[in-house]
Amino acid sequence: MSDDIKGKDKSLITRRKFLAGLTAGAAASALPAGEAGAYAFEELFRQHYKRLDADDLKDILAKLEEELSFKYGKEVHAKATPPLDNTVFGYALDLSRCIGCRRCVYACVRENNLSRDPQIHWIKVLEFQKGNNKWQGLEHSNRYYEPEQVPEKGRFYVPVQCQQCKKPPCVKVCPVQATWQEPDGIVVVDYNWCIGCRFCMAACPYGARSFNWGKPSILKEEFNPDIHYLGNRPQYKGIVGKCTFCIQRSRQGKYTACVEACPVGARKFGNLMDPNSEIRYVLENMKVFRLKEELDTNPKFFYFFSMGTGVKS
Amino acid sequence: MVIDAINGILRTVVTGSREYKAWVGFLSLLALVGIVFVFRQIDQGLIATNMRDEVSWGWYIANFTFLVGVAAAAVVLVIPYYIYDFKPIGEIVLIGEIMAVAAVSMCLMFIVLDMGSAERFWHLIPMIGIFNFPQSILTWDVVVLNMYLVLNLTLVIYALSKIYAGKSYKTKLIMPFIFFSVPAAISIHTVTAFLYLGAPARPFWNTAVLAPRFIASAFCSGPAFMLIIFQIIRKTTKLKIADEALHKVAEIVTWCMAVNLFLLGSEVFKEMYSATAHIEPFNYLWNGLRGHSQLVPWIWTALIVNSIAFLILIIPSIRKNFFMLNIACAFIFIGVYIEKGMGLIFPGFIPGTLGEIYDYMPNAMELWISLGVWAIGLLIFTIGAKICIAIKTGEIGHADPSAHH
Repeated sequence: MSDDIKGKDKSLITRRKFLAGLTAGAAASALPAGEAGAYAFEELFRQHYKRLDADDLKDILAKLEEELSFKYGKEVHAKATPPLDNTVFGYALDLSRCIGCRRCVYACVRENNLSRDPQIHWIKVLEFQKGNNKWQGLEHSNRYYEPEQVPEKGRFYVPVQCQQCKKPPCVKVCPVQATWQEPDGIVVVDYNWCIGCRFCMAACPYGARSFNWGKPSILKEEFNPDIHYLGNRPQYKGIVGKCTFCIQRSRQGKYTACVEACPVGARKFGNLMDPNSEIRYVLENMKVFRLKEELDTNPKFFYFFSMGTGVKS
Repeated sequence: MVIDAINGILRTVVTGSREYKAWVGFLSLLALVGIVFVFRQIDQGLIATNMRDEVSWGWYIANFTFLVGVAAAAVVLVIPYYIYDFKPIGEIVLIGEIMAVAAVSMCLMFIVLDMGSAERFWHLIPMIGIFNFPQSILTWDVVVLNMYLVLNLTLVIYALSKIYAGKSYKTKLIMPFIFFSVPAAISIHTVTAFLYLGAPARPFWNTAVLAPRFIASAFCSGPAFMLIIFQIIRKTTKLKIADEALHKVAEIVTWCMAVNLFLLGSEVFKEMYSATAHIEPFNYLWNGLRGHSQLVPWIWTALIVNSIAFLILIIPSIRKNFFMLNIACAFIFIGVYIEKGMGLIFPGFIPGTLGEIYDYMPNAMELWISLGVWAIGLLIFTIGAKICIAIKTGEIGHADPSAHH
């Protein structure tokens, strides 16, 4: 009865073959107007990402580039970079440094082509009061703080995004395997396979999944043309999206957008398998903890305090 | 013969008293209004509802959950009739099964309405799509609900065609399926409860008592509804329904409500005596939390009407008074609708996993669409029951109305 598709990773093509495919795709001519309907038809019957073979994927990426280049008036580069060998990504966030400025939130929105209207955020920064305050279970948080200046006296901030659990409850509950964990530990969603039932959102303990309640909209001038099929390509109305550790960047050896945007260096990211990585340094030298450990979801997202006193206020 | 039968059935559906025609017309109108709003929802997306990321399931899933319970009506009749051979219920068991068909149809409509990308439903079809079985409990629900629908539909059609021909339908061929409908009914409640209780991210749902409570409240709400319907049927049609049959069903409802209230008490004790941080959704529901208390009047109404209904039912002499019985049934229907719908689904999400309180209530569009679904479900039931009664009373076909089939 089970249609488990593990082990049928025909699509995990090698990098070289993939690059060859890209050049071929770029050579194809622009999409004639009459074919737009045919494209929508193809989308309706498109197979699951893991069931696409290398040629299918190449065609789909080429069509995606044409369609989006036309729509946003920029040259779009669509990739499906496979996971890197011997790589599992991990993240650590220094709560003693975070000032709650939300630059990470908006860098994420822009990098990942998230809808501006309705507004979707994959990172949520929670504000808590210092002292007599429940925050370990994330109760009594305030997501909508709006002071003149941050950090505010007597407050501290906990940014939350997908914790990239090793035992992801969201993946288990998906009725159609539209979301899964890649070999590098990133939990991804196939935006063309998700049926929009939102069971994953009920199952996620970290509020990390966002549903496209309406038709996503992105301004032409703000569109990021470097996209990944499983990451920052534009999403559709009626499907769920989530943080992918900027799969389009991390699989090319770059930092995520939120790491780069952080003005105080609170965000650390890297390969957990590499003993010399920054993330390994943090795990080995700091006292780290994870959110909602009692649920045993085993996140690859860690929190720590590098300074005992916190931000001066 | 077949053409005669189809003619007879069509004639039965289109002819009837003025009240029947008004009722069908009224339901059709409601269904139409609902469909108009469905087009608006398809056009704008689910943003047209009041649901948001913090409360990602709302009124549709609440109705779905309640209606899975109503589908139990059938099994409450099947058990005494077939297993204990309690003959008076033989007249009404088929109507219970038609109710199950209508209720499960409504469940499926609510699920499709709640899907963000319903045009991709084929992804759920085993072999063609990817059916994440057995990991995803939602796939189990797809299996058991469809199985229960097909099972009841088959049993009803088989029985009616036999009765139409003037024969007994309790054949060796069909009995195993009738017996199987009992565990099948239990399975739809259990699996639906598992959808929620299998989510440790939501402490309000993550309680083992949820599944037994689902079954207990289901065995109250469906039969309570049926008890009122049976009295309407015996007043407006030639079908004879004995008082004993109704009293037996009322007795079953009584003890199921007792179990339901007992299980509620267990939950209240567990939450209040433990008094951990996980009590927050419970407090939101019963007392209000940090100034948010919109569900409080609803849940207390549910508790009060369920308790009054139980007090009416527990005393046999009062229970046997049809006026009092009908009050109890109406109260149970309202009470369980609140408790198992908004009282179960909304607080699962409030406060959210990041501590946010989003006061969800359905908007007018969600209410109209849901009314439309109810109207379609009641149309299925009304027409199904009318055909069933016409065949059973020998108005069409060759049934012997005096025989117990």
